[in-house]
Amino acid sequence: MTKKNTSTNTTASMEDAAVKGKGSAAETLFGGKAKPMFTGKLSPVKMALVGLLMVVLLLLPIYLQGMGEVLLLASFVLIGLYILLALGLNIIIGYAGMLDFGRMAFYAVGAYAAMILAIPLANLMGDNLSQFAFPFVLIGSGIVAAFVGYLLSLPVMRLRGDYLAIVTLGFGEIVRITIQNNPFNITNGLLGLPRSGDVLPWPPFFEWLRENVVLVMGNEFYFTVTRNVYWYYMILLVLIIAIIVVRRQDNSRLGRSWAAMREDEVAATAMGVNVTKAKTWAFVLGAFWGGAAGACFGFFQGSVSPEPFTFLNSVIVLAIVVIGGMGSIPGVLLGGVIIMGFPELVRWFAMNHLGGGGGDIGGQVANMRNLLLGLFMVIMMAVRTEGIIPMKPKLHKLYGKGKFGGTDGAADKAAEAAPSSKGGAN
Amino acid sequence: MEFFLQLLVDGLTVGGLYALIALGFTMVYGILLMINFAHAEMFMTGGFIGYGMLNLFGNYTTIGIVSDALPFMSFLKSTQPFFTTTALGFIIMMILVFGTSAVLTGCLGMLIERFAYRPLRNSPRLCALISALGMSLFLQNFVLTFVGHRMVFPTPEFLANLDAINVFGYIFIAPIDMIIFCSALVLLFVLDRFVNKTKLGKAMRATAQDKDAAGLMGININSVIALTFFIGPALGAVAGTFFGMKYGIVTFNMGLFPGIKAFTAAVLGGIGNLRGAMLGGFLIGILEAMASGFVSISYRDVITFAVLILILIFRPGGLLGESVVEKV
Repeated sequence: MTKKNTSTNTTASMEDAAVKGKGSAAETLFGGKAKPMFTGKLSPVKMALVGLLMVVLLLLPIYLQGMGEVLLLASFVLIGLYILLALGLNIIIGYAGMLDFGRMAFYAVGAYAAMILAIPLANLMGDNLSQFAFPFVLIGSGIVAAFVGYLLSLPVMRLRGDYLAIVTLGFGEIVRITIQNNPFNITNGLLGLPRSGDVLPWPPFFEWLRENVVLVMGNEFYFTVTRNVYWYYMILLVLIIAIIVVRRQDNSRLGRSWAAMREDEVAATAMGVNVTKAKTWAFVLGAFWGGAAGACFGFFQGSVSPEPFTFLNSVIVLAIVVIGGMGSIPGVLLGGVIIMGFPELVRWFAMNHLGGGGGDIGGQVANMRNLLLGLFMVIMMAVRTEGIIPMKPKLHKLYGKGKFGGTDGAADKAAEAAPSSKGGAN
Repeated sequence: MEFFLQLLVDGLTVGGLYALIALGFTMVYGILLMINFAHAEMFMTGGFIGYGMLNLFGNYTTIGIVSDALPFMSFLKSTQPFFTTTALGFIIMMILVFGTSAVLTGCLGMLIERFAYRPLRNSPRLCALISALGMSLFLQNFVLTFVGHRMVFPTPEFLANLDAINVFGYIFIAPIDMIIFCSALVLLFVLDRFVNKTKLGKAMRATAQDKDAAGLMGININSVIALTFFIGPALGAVAGTFFGMKYGIVTFNMGLFPGIKAFTAAVLGGIGNLRGAMLGGFLIGILEAMASGFVSISYRDVITFAVLILILIFRPGGLLGESVVEKV
């Protein structure tokens, strides 16, 4: 008993000290930011698992490219893009509890913004620096998409759930049809961007890596940094950044207001949550990741045209979130891998092991996949609404620090005791 | 003026189709407060079944294949000229084609309600919406995988031989447009009488007003909802078959755009309101025809969707509906 107590006390005081060192008086003034209510730290076991996964993900393309499995690598890039889209949608559906059936609108806006921004930017930066245009374009098209999301959020603020879904659906189709019709000669209609004659700049370090990194082992294994390998790593990087940012957002003040709004909008308003602001931010941030995914997609493909931005693809992104688990990042990752990976894997298998061509089996499997996807969505809603990996219910604790009357942070320690003793036991 | 009147004729024809589809949306919304996304697929399924039936009676190749497989069906070979060339045969064939399409699709609608929506009746509305979306995806891809992605409708000889009706010497109405418009009006009138005058219709209205209270008054809620899910898809199937006959083609994804437009029509008239849906259907049809005639045909769908968004934002109650205040 005493031993346990001292251990908890030390950990608690250590954390207190850490907080004291970090949290200045100014931060406390601005809405009690002194300590995050939910730190969102992973347990050591999970850390180890994530580490292992990272090692596998980092080494996989080297093996695949070395053995010449180029197509599979391209499918991984596609899976990554859809996961990025689903992460953005997850903010809107999973965290804020609103439905968005028009995800492709932001994907399209991002992709077209990237194409439009990239070429002048590359010209401006000159031949030597043009390879560094991509990061700016990525953020720029994310911001453009976020702005479009903001504009959309203005009128739809008052709409109820199902009407909102229909409005976003309509918006998605409006964007696609408008792009097709080439307004003011910006989007180049069905031909897509970039126009003939324009050349997209290379992404950063791609040329250098392609020329200098070669790995040869025996007769079979020959690895160079191809386009697919490069984009695999680039999208992995963007995904990791996205996951970290989205996690931190979910654990922030904004994330808590989303949670409150999702559970009960009226009650949240009554408790002083600014619902309008929370909704707007959900739209803006969700749109940002959609736009970023679009920019990656455009650069990976080297061109964009209006075909991929259909309602069906919006539904597939929605299915990734719904089947994976609304509001749960591991769920979204798993959902993306299953839903996008399944037809690609079968296509790859058919190409390599069913005698050469395999015909159009990939396309047929994709149709079959969509059929099963629809069925799964129906079954999932009836049987397991929360998805494969459900969102973890969060433990929100109240801290007493000077705000709720505790002078020595007693409430603080009491609240801290339970989780830290658990941590100590591990 | 001639151009305007010609567009008006087109708008009224298409509007009739939209009104038929919109009724399914509005009836389900009125009773269950859910947007039945799969309703657009009922329209598509109805079109495909209508295609099959029309071929069975009128297409000699299909009849040959069917009677080879099923010898007792070979009587169709001798009846084929009667169905396709004579007026009486044509009318009988139409009734058979549309009846089968409507009944089969109506049963499909009831099945969907039983297995996809009934388990979700007490869960949040968004769950039902996602389930409906999943059902729509399933049906589309079922047809795509097992039937085909597009079917070219045969035109019965009798219909092909009819001349376009000429009004005032400068407006031309295709016979099929005339049939569509008149049938739509008849069906709408019959449905309106059914809901407002019969006992079953009264039960439906009571259920829409308050499910629990209606249940306490001895109305079997489940069968009323099942009936709703029969009538809506049946009307949708009629619209789908007419669509196929008018445009000569059915595709697996043809439901989406007419579906959204019919939903727009239902919202425009005030969702949950039957006469509103009828009015909205014709208004949307006319708006679409005018937009493609006077603005730009490539922005036709954009204009309809923009109207949808504007109505939802500024007058979510629609033209004939009353505004609903959300209670805690």
